[in-house]
Amino acid sequence: MGLELSEKTFPGYRRENGRVGVRNHVIVLPVDDLSNAAAEAVAHNIKGVLALPHPYGRLQFGADLELHFKTLIGTGCNPNVAAVVVIGIEDGWTRRVVEGIATTGKPVTGFGIEGHGDHETIRRASHAAREYLQWASELQREESPLVDLWVSTKCGESDTTSGCGANPTVGNAFDKLYERGLTLLFGETTELTGGEHLVAARCRTPEIRGQFQSMFDRYQELVNRHKTNDLSESQPTKGNIAGGLTTIEEKALGNIQKIGRKCLIDGVLDKADVPTGPGLWFMDSSSAAAEMVTLCAAAGFVIHFFPTGQGNVIGNPILPVIKICANPRTVRTMAEHIDVDVSGLLRREMSPDQAGDALLEMMLRTANGRLTAAEALGHREFVLTRLFESA
Amino acid sequence: MSIHFVVHEEGDSVGVVVVEGVSAGEVLTGWVMEDDQTINVTARNDIPLGHKLAILDLPAQATVIKYGVDIGRTIAPISAGEHLHVHNVKTKRW
Repeated sequence: MGLELSEKTFPGYRRENGRVGVRNHVIVLPVDDLSNAAAEAVAHNIKGVLALPHPYGRLQFGADLELHFKTLIGTGCNPNVAAVVVIGIEDGWTRRVVEGIATTGKPVTGFGIEGHGDHETIRRASHAAREYLQWASELQREESPLVDLWVSTKCGESDTTSGCGANPTVGNAFDKLYERGLTLLFGETTELTGGEHLVAARCRTPEIRGQFQSMFDRYQELVNRHKTNDLSESQPTKGNIAGGLTTIEEKALGNIQKIGRKCLIDGVLDKADVPTGPGLWFMDSSSAAAEMVTLCAAAGFVIHFFPTGQGNVIGNPILPVIKICANPRTVRTMAEHIDVDVSGLLRREMSPDQAGDALLEMMLRTANGRLTAAEALGHREFVLTRLFESA
Repeated sequence: MSIHFVVHEEGDSVGVVVVEGVSAGEVLTGWVMEDDQTINVTARNDIPLGHKLAILDLPAQATVIKYGVDIGRTIAPISAGEHLHVHNVKTKRW
């Protein structure tokens, strides 16, 4: 008897805009590198608020700057976030981020450092953060239908066991969630190389197929323009090769096991874009773990499935990252990082269907508040994607 | 029955070793996942967990098939049971 999803609900935090989160973070979001110190000081003062330091935000321009704002604003808008304190070096860009997040209706306020200094900014921002934290601490979870759960996936430190075990587990779970009408996301454009025809064949319409193909071709052109060799040691990575993956094609075919056998691709998104309806979405993105997961969080996803082979340890500040692993050595040597052990698949002791159900059970427990391994270990990788050099 | 390697689809040229400590000369049992059959191949090298062995003889410049799909080309002849990896197979991309 498999897991019956049709009757399942989850206790979530329903936000002002109707989206539902599974965490209740109050975050301190720096607009730029210069504001990290003040943001971290506020998080030090007010126990339980989370600073999201990062190294960018100065002298970016054009599409790169737009992506910077979209990622910061999307992170603040994510329903796993209850309220936001924004700190920037000056008022203009700080206000822009505040106004973007305010469209959700959630509490948000911003502070510019210039003209005040760090001390005064930290004092005022700490006051706001304390008020938000105490307010958020009284918010109650309410039973919500499964369709309100947005689930993203990206794999990392893959090896051949990812393709036989952990990725098909995600694929099995995605097929089941897709049937229930959830909003799902995958990406990693270069890691489809060698299997792009299989992804293209899964696009729901010729229009979507054309959009996917032009995103794929653009990324290939970028790789070809900048590469100095055949990308050996980058794609596949050194870790992938140590784990037995030989070529990018092999890695890609393992990778696309994550989208199951039945789901169709209902739309494509640019980086950090928010889906406009349910279904499976492809996001044109880097395959670097922390960059991609940060983009998933910025697009509004509230739970992430992360299959690994050799043992990637990634987490995210606001998006719970559930690790799935089928490599018997990794689940033994890195047990503290793994949420769902599906190594039984490779011993022929577990069916893909049972593995998919084990992951869905863990998804429901995580939505219910169970901390993931990455959350318990304090993995909060927040990595903004850059498109080109600063001015 | 315990298995030493898995093969995704019938017609694939490779299997993936899923146990630790496979050594040269060992008779290995492989599970063809797609049709749930088993096959036997004798290992010609020590092969680490997660690494591949050829399950049929491949000449140089042959296409290697896994998941029923092209994953690259051989740069040397590879015999059934031999370790198949970056030393004898390369991408056709990039």
